[in-house]
Amino acid sequence: MSLIHLVILSPLLLAIFVPLLHKYFKSIHTGWFVLILPLVLFVYFLSYLGTSMSGNTYLSTMNWIPSMGINFSVYVDGLGLLFALLITGIGSLVVLYSIYYLSKEKEALNTFYVYLLMFMGAMLGVVLSDNLIVLYSFWELTSISSFLLISYWYHREKSRYGALKSMLITVFGGLAMLAGIILLYNMTGTFSVRETIANVDLVTGHELFVPALILFLLGAFTKSAQFPFHIWLPDAMEAPTPVSAYLHSATMVKAGIYLVARMSPVFAGAPEWFWLISVFGIITLFWGSFSAVKQTDLKSILAFSTISQLGLIMTLLGVGSAAVYYDYLSPNVYTVATLAAVFHLINHATFKGSLFMVVGIVDHETGTRDIRKLGGLMNLMPITFTLAIIGCFSMAGLPPFNGFLSKEMFFTGMLRATEIGVWNMDTLGWLFPVLAWVASIFTFIYSMVIVFKTFTGKLQPEKLDKKPHEAPMGMLIPPIVLASLVIIFGFFPNTLKGIIFPTLHSIFPGNFTVEEVDIYFWHGWTPELFMTIGVIGFGTFLYLTLAKWGKIYNWFPQRLTLNKLYDGGLVGLERGSFAFTKFYMTGYIRNYLVMIFGFMAILLAILLTRNGAFNFNLDNTTPVGVYEVVLSLIMVISAITILFTTSRLSAIIALGVVGYSMALFFVLFRAPDLALTQLIVETVSVALFLLCFYHLPDLSKEVSRLKFRLTNFIISVSVGLVVILIGLSVNSSRLFESISSYFEVASYEEAGGKNMVNVILVDFRGLDTLFEIAVLTIAAFGIFAMIKLRLADKKGEVNDEG
Amino acid sequence: MKVNDLILQTVTTLLAFIIIIFSIYLFFAGHYTPGGGFIGGLMTSAALVLLLLAFDQKTMNKVFPFNFLTVAASGLLISTLTGVGSFFFDVPFLTHTFDYVELPILGETALASTLIFDLGVYLVVVGIAMTIIQTIGESE
Repeated sequence: MSLIHLVILSPLLLAIFVPLLHKYFKSIHTGWFVLILPLVLFVYFLSYLGTSMSGNTYLSTMNWIPSMGINFSVYVDGLGLLFALLITGIGSLVVLYSIYYLSKEKEALNTFYVYLLMFMGAMLGVVLSDNLIVLYSFWELTSISSFLLISYWYHREKSRYGALKSMLITVFGGLAMLAGIILLYNMTGTFSVRETIANVDLVTGHELFVPALILFLLGAFTKSAQFPFHIWLPDAMEAPTPVSAYLHSATMVKAGIYLVARMSPVFAGAPEWFWLISVFGIITLFWGSFSAVKQTDLKSILAFSTISQLGLIMTLLGVGSAAVYYDYLSPNVYTVATLAAVFHLINHATFKGSLFMVVGIVDHETGTRDIRKLGGLMNLMPITFTLAIIGCFSMAGLPPFNGFLSKEMFFTGMLRATEIGVWNMDTLGWLFPVLAWVASIFTFIYSMVIVFKTFTGKLQPEKLDKKPHEAPMGMLIPPIVLASLVIIFGFFPNTLKGIIFPTLHSIFPGNFTVEEVDIYFWHGWTPELFMTIGVIGFGTFLYLTLAKWGKIYNWFPQRLTLNKLYDGGLVGLERGSFAFTKFYMTGYIRNYLVMIFGFMAILLAILLTRNGAFNFNLDNTTPVGVYEVVLSLIMVISAITILFTTSRLSAIIALGVVGYSMALFFVLFRAPDLALTQLIVETVSVALFLLCFYHLPDLSKEVSRLKFRLTNFIISVSVGLVVILIGLSVNSSRLFESISSYFEVASYEEAGGKNMVNVILVDFRGLDTLFEIAVLTIAAFGIFAMIKLRLADKKGEVNDEG
Repeated sequence: MKVNDLILQTVTTLLAFIIIIFSIYLFFAGHYTPGGGFIGGLMTSAALVLLLLAFDQKTMNKVFPFNFLTVAASGLLISTLTGVGSFFFDVPFLTHTFDYVELPILGETALASTLIFDLGVYLVVVGIAMTIIQTIGESE
């Protein structure tokens, strides 16, 4: 166990002490204690930057289950470090923000920070684990802690609904990913990501390649809210705003992006990978931005915006994977897409984090997030307004913010995607830039909606719960830090090279060297620039006429939305399983017996047929005498009498006849002990039957013959047939001699008895007898207890005796 | 209406002894001829049931003043202890032995340790049969 293991686990360790801190330092907001940790971790991870920039990586392994190849291996490379810095950096800001956002008196702070720290630790574990099983464990821990955080205000029904939804969807994907991990393990024999990449030849071309790929993508798509699994994210907005800012914009939803980037060296280069990621990404991008425009809740707009931006990053990663197909031929024009993906990942974390915090401030200071009630806050909240402008303009892709740079690079990537000469891109490639451009227009519109509908226009104080005013400074510091990063990265994007290029090396390993590209504003009069100008032009026009064309959103039938599908699916699943259970769990013993016997007959018949067990050999059979025939006839007649008699008394007597005939058979086959026992036991059981018969209640006493049921008939006939056939075939295929010859000799010589049966019972196999008499004693005690102990009667609860 | 069942009671008093003696014979003869603890026990309980039919529960309790559940339990205990006893001779559980002994009246007789085991079986069978019948008979 080295320091880095402790670093990953430190949030979980601190989480143990949070309730104590909360209890014993009541006067101090618990968040202050928590704040120290992510700050320290952030500084600690910064110290790795030097290692990472010089192209080195750091690996440390702690044994967990070495016999199964599952070890807690921490691997710090560019990609992991980028995410670790995001998690700890934004984590610190979010904790600071939450100190001012959550009230010390009203909220259960101890649980909040425990969940948040659990999440932070889990997320660090996801991005820094080299072992896939460990990664999966942390992955599920992020799902669980996210579930807990969404339902933080668990008394609200919508919180619980959102938490359950996100849990179901992300855990579904997580389990799919686990299956993918196991498939990969089958191919390579290792759980380590690095070793899998080293043995990538075993994976490509393997028949399980495509299933594993799809399963991994299911995990990534559900976690990163890609179409059609994006529906959980808008409902997760019921969480407190710091949680939405942290989990649902900057970190957890990027876990899927991380997974795609991490597994790129394994899967990239395959057309399935390219198509699935690019197509689902671009659909998500378009659908997210399109749906964001119709939202009226600020957090919902941001949720759909996050969905759309995640789709954008996903598309870029997909298009970037074409670089692997071309074997990194230089100059490689497709790596720019991956570069844009990484760059936009950082940018999105900065501006989306700050926007969520801005929305949180608006909500906190006015009491509503509904844009129909908001307006005219510009003069009341000037700092928040500035922050909103920076965040939204960056999101819309306007200069001079960092969003402009990543949007330009995005367009470059999309335009180059049309030039890919393989995988049908020559026919379908034009869709990418077109969809991207349209989606960008919608992005522009909803960004403007956030800024102008909230902050300009007329103030409507009568609709607001509180009197709006500027937020306290502590609440403004985190978004100010993020917004300044937006501007710094906008003006000096090349400061990020130290992080971006090691990340690209992790996504494209091997000898490949990323061409050192400078990111700068002015490319000249390129098509990308014209596209951006078009976005601004069309966007402004559409924003101004929003009231006119906004009605198209009403055209969509509500029935066909994915949420309706999800809800209906859940209800249907519940109803279906209930109906199915009700169908076969009838509560009637006769139905269960039909199933048990039917199953038994069918299974045995199939087994006998498949093994060819029906070979009847009548050579060893003894000749049948007249006594046997007569006795058999008597038994058959009594058995049929039992079936067809109308009175129960005759049935009992017929049963007795069967029993006594059986005793006669024992006499006939020379088993005197058995005959004696059978006689007495039969007498006793007939007596007991008569007792039962005598005590039947008078009211429902009905004398009727057995009703004929076809199913019962078929089942009983087939069971009888199968058992007869088994008996016959067992008798005809005796494999070895019986051991009875041993008993014949040994019973006198070794046990001193001449009655072989009794000697076997008490001497050779005395243990059986011992437990049989134990069974009898238990039965006697049981009957005694059943009759003597009538607890229900004593209490007067149930009394059906009268 | 009180029924006078003098004949039944008189015959039963006689018959019960004969049946019990026969059952003891079956029990002891088990090792050589058909019989043994199980059948012997059932036969003894048959005699007791006959008594129960001819007389009533009170009389039975007076004549046989013991709980039949205890009889069954002690039978189980005897059988188990027979098995445990073999540990003292450093042999596996339930190992039996036999020998020929010269008895005062009976002469040379084979005495087997299985007889003690069978006694346990006998007592269990008598105990459970009587418990079941008495319990059901008493219940209303």
